[in-house]
Amino acid sequence: MNIPSLTIDEVRSGLAARQFSATEIATDALRFAEAENPKTNALLMISRERALAAAKKVDDQIAAGEQLGPLAGVPIAVKDVLVTKGLRTTCGSKLLANFIPPYDATAVVRLEQAGGVVIGKANCDEFAMGSSNENSAFGPVRNPAALDRVPGGSSGGSAASVAQGTSVISLGSDTGGSIRQPASFCGVVGVTPTYGRVSRYGLVAFASSLDHIGPFARNVRDAATLLEVIAGRDEMDSTSASAPVPNYSAAMTGDLKGVKIGLPKEYFKGLASETGDLISKGIDVLKKLGCEVKEISLPATDYAIACYYIIATAEASSNLARFDGVRYTTRSADSPTLIDMYRNTRGEGFGAECKRRIMLGSYVLSAGYYDAYYLKAQKVRALIAQDFARAFTEVDAVVAPVSPFPAFRLGEKLDDPLEMYLSDIYTITGDLAGIPCMSVPCGKTAAGLPVGMQILTKHFDEPGMFRVAEAFERAGGVG
Amino acid sequence: MKITEKEVRYVANLGNVRLTDEEIPRMARDLQEILTYIDKLNELDTSNVEPMAQVLFEADETATLREDVERPTLGSEAALANAPLSGGGYYKVPLVIER
Repeated sequence: MNIPSLTIDEVRSGLAARQFSATEIATDALRFAEAENPKTNALLMISRERALAAAKKVDDQIAAGEQLGPLAGVPIAVKDVLVTKGLRTTCGSKLLANFIPPYDATAVVRLEQAGGVVIGKANCDEFAMGSSNENSAFGPVRNPAALDRVPGGSSGGSAASVAQGTSVISLGSDTGGSIRQPASFCGVVGVTPTYGRVSRYGLVAFASSLDHIGPFARNVRDAATLLEVIAGRDEMDSTSASAPVPNYSAAMTGDLKGVKIGLPKEYFKGLASETGDLISKGIDVLKKLGCEVKEISLPATDYAIACYYIIATAEASSNLARFDGVRYTTRSADSPTLIDMYRNTRGEGFGAECKRRIMLGSYVLSAGYYDAYYLKAQKVRALIAQDFARAFTEVDAVVAPVSPFPAFRLGEKLDDPLEMYLSDIYTITGDLAGIPCMSVPCGKTAAGLPVGMQILTKHFDEPGMFRVAEAFERAGGVG
Repeated sequence: MKITEKEVRYVANLGNVRLTDEEIPRMARDLQEILTYIDKLNELDTSNVEPMAQVLFEADETATLREDVERPTLGSEAALANAPLSGGGYYKVPLVIER
């Protein structure tokens, strides 16, 4: 058993053949994580007791001859914006440094019911706001592929943990690209499912009309398996969809003959040349597999970032209002009056990016500006969704880059928030439209930096998306 | 459009975030840069577009409603466990109403 390259299939067959026990996997995985995590800071906490208890449960099931769940014995990292009962959950924020949630997020409940072993909580940008993981109050994450570079964000810890091998699969969240961009930067698979596909009960809310929970894995099949476990209607989240969850692995036939792929021309300008070359090679692979490729246009793309930073910050300013010094562990020592308590707790507790977004959100929602900003952005959002709806009458899937460039250096974009926002240009549209989208590894630059190819399909067509991604991976991807 | 430091202070109060004197000019600059960028939305004619408040997908109208049945909730002890200050089953906050 080689911990850093382990897959769900290997765990399953190893357990079935009694090559190792779930406790042995957990023990080895914990030892590996404890030794290796300091190199990247991908995990904020390693949950030794909880992992060993979950592993023992799996071993007891094996001893009793019971049927095992699809994630039995698999070490999993959970982004620290998902609450875990009795396990500190910080959201990467000083404000929640000591927060011990009284319940588990539905996605966590489901993965543990499926036999999954929660091995730790993954680092992230504070309240999932950022594109580099440098906004964590507990230090940045380093990219396992190049330790002087960022892993992407906001789910940087979830991506880096899977890439480094301190977990086999992980959960992240995506509001504007926070799963796909770090997956691309770290060279792993990352999936943002259809809006509503996965219950968000227990996900600390950032922008409720845009937040998604999704999986990271080292291959497409493992990501699909994790999604299948966590997807589906949940009474605790009224926005969760009741559509049945298909068997994703049945869709992965390896055959792409006649699949129509659209390449949106707006996504191919301004690409760093190496990124562009690798994506072109990826498209050639898809052609060889029998895809029909044609250029399409998604004309509202250029307006996506402006639209997003109105909607996301407006919703964030309202969602983050709950961190006011009353309920969640931290209150300013300087709280002579109620209003001072609110303002000082938040002023001292939130990091610079959270404050910036609360300010922007409060500004665009303030009296007299609603129509000019928020309402305008909602209309532009409709145009972006219509672009995709039109495209999917012509093509089965849209293929594009994930990020205009590979992982950048720590500190490189920290002083210019707008520049950082602009790096999300290709991922934000999928969140605004609410369609499934994912990043699949598409080779590396000469310097060894991973690049991801993005695949987008229509609402609830995760099977179509996985079909393309898995065939691409099975064919060897790009080098 | 020019974002003044006065406006920054006004918005900070709306958002209930105390900013230090050092943070204010930087915030004014950042907001100005971002809002100037956002102005590009005005290039688009959206007069005939219905606003999109939420992602919509096909589902039965009642698909998102659960049965209205009684169920246990989080007890007050668990709910208060993370409070910075509590007592007698309540959150405690600074005095709001003067006697």
